[in-house]
Amino acid sequence: MRGWFLPLAVAFGFIFLYAPIISLVVFSFNESRLVTVWGGFSTRWYGELLRDRQILGSAWISLQVAFWSANLAVIVGTLGAFVLTRFGRFAGRLLLTGMITAPLVMPEVITGLSLLLLFVSMELTLGWPAGRGLITIIIAHTTFCAAFVAVIAQTRLRQMDESLEEAARDLGAGPVRVFFDITLPVITPALVAGWLLAFTLSLDDLVIASFVSGPGASTLPMVIFSKVRLGVSPDVNALATIIIGFVLVAVIIAGWLLRRTARRM
Amino acid sequence: MDGPAIAADTRPWRDPAARPFISVRDVVKTFGDFTAVCDVDLDIYKGELFCLLGESGCGKSTLLRMLAGFEVPTRGRIEIDDEDMAQVPPDRRPTNMMFQSYALFPHMTVEKNVAYGLLREGVKKPEAYARALDMLRMVKLEKQARRKPDQLSGGQRQRVALARALVKRPKLLLLDEPLGALDKKLREETQFELIRIQETLGVTFIVVTHDQDEAMTLATRIGVMKDGMIEQIGEPREIYETPNSRFVADFIGTVNLFEGRVEAAAPDMMRIDTPDLGPVLVSPQVGLSRGQQVWAALRPERFWLTREKPENAPNAWHGHVEEMGYIGHMSHYRIRLDSGVLVRASQSNRLRDEDPISWDEKAWVSVNPAAFRVLTR
Repeated sequence: MRGWFLPLAVAFGFIFLYAPIISLVVFSFNESRLVTVWGGFSTRWYGELLRDRQILGSAWISLQVAFWSANLAVIVGTLGAFVLTRFGRFAGRLLLTGMITAPLVMPEVITGLSLLLLFVSMELTLGWPAGRGLITIIIAHTTFCAAFVAVIAQTRLRQMDESLEEAARDLGAGPVRVFFDITLPVITPALVAGWLLAFTLSLDDLVIASFVSGPGASTLPMVIFSKVRLGVSPDVNALATIIIGFVLVAVIIAGWLLRRTARRM
Repeated sequence: MDGPAIAADTRPWRDPAARPFISVRDVVKTFGDFTAVCDVDLDIYKGELFCLLGESGCGKSTLLRMLAGFEVPTRGRIEIDDEDMAQVPPDRRPTNMMFQSYALFPHMTVEKNVAYGLLREGVKKPEAYARALDMLRMVKLEKQARRKPDQLSGGQRQRVALARALVKRPKLLLLDEPLGALDKKLREETQFELIRIQETLGVTFIVVTHDQDEAMTLATRIGVMKDGMIEQIGEPREIYETPNSRFVADFIGTVNLFEGRVEAAAPDMMRIDTPDLGPVLVSPQVGLSRGQQVWAALRPERFWLTREKPENAPNAWHGHVEEMGYIGHMSHYRIRLDSGVLVRASQSNRLRDEDPISWDEKAWVSVNPAAFRVLTR
């Protein structure tokens, strides 16, 4: 029975997961203006895409947001993970453990709404951030990306042999020196993987960005979504194909880095 | 630097006027409601190779970590070279440690690993690397200087860890199960290598181990630990020949224990009545009184095995050999005496063409009165 069942099950699984994506990629090379009618192979919509100022502008915004929020998320997430794994017991540790992973399970609508309320009331009381735009999206993305980085970094820090840090202390390095000389290099591959993950998550996000963005700061997913509501145009297929390519590469690199460090331990 | 003479031939611990180099006073360490180390008092002298010996969980590693500064004693005082260590963090102590896992930095080459401590001390780069290479030469690894730790064998990693711990010339080197991860043959070679290095450099070593053979081979003195307390401190010979408790006697080597009461204590001979052997004559020991409950301890190799009843033997019993194990240089026997008690005896096979007593034979076992050690606990 195993002879035919297993390949069949695998085939079904792959079709279920990837058929939509594959059809999207195929139709991105469609000549016809009608999305569901095949009119021959062409890269016309890729060319059209490059002339679309709105899409290019929003792509640039998305890349900026993803870059900065991934950077900030790695810093915040690593610090959080380090405190939780190396500082022993302290008041509020349990609370922090729970709260650092809360953004992972919180519905995005709620995260988005609460951040929007926070930004509005901050603007009213502190005068900052003035209006909503790039900065507020970066802050919002940092909060939920940091949660992912913290989880990855925590796992790595737990696996790491703590006597490495003790050995460096023993050889005359102060605590800060030990962090930069030993801890950071050892967990770097995990942090790179975390960065890539944060970058992709930020690039993907529609819901939170919609809540906290302002005029003139529409991210790529926001633009696509609004375009699709007016009817699917074939250049969106081309754009989606490019994004899939980027995400695929990032995920593969992240996975490879994580596996390599796991093996080297 | 002091010559190599200090290691083995002088024994400062026998001199009551000698000043200890490390003194541990009434040290207690608790984790929550678990007491890991309990009222430990310990004096260690310059140039010693001191072994802390005990089963896992006996507190020996915690004691070592307190000396290195990774754990803070709950109570008590630790002094190294007359300096109180209470407020000194691990990076400013005159000690270095060799970790059980070796803890080599995986992202640095062997050379960088060894030079790391010198660079932190402020030694200039060229000098630090030159000294690191000297150290690697001593452990015969100068050819592997540019490799990463994961390209080395277990034995090579062990030597890198040793070189890294020694390169700063610490006053005190702490070694946590230094040979634990090596196979038997390599371990034996490395033991003597460790002694050679220790004698050449004149550094004081404290070694934590659970392996009694290792402790006996390496140590100038051994501290046997149990349940966070030090049971006995002494030279290997003292620990083996005059253990102070049944635990120590049993933990180091093999021992036959016979419970009994002191029957008569004459100045030249003492008699102990035991249910297992009947009356036993032993050389007198101080501090025992008539009627006291004691245990007569006897090492297996102190039994004489003969086919005929020995003449003029004060302690001789008849029995038959139930089991015999021939392992080359020695033969181990389990002998059932006529009283029903089973004793363990061993004989060294000094002659090639002997006709040794074998299993199922009847035999006499006899013991010199001086061979017993009488224990009170």
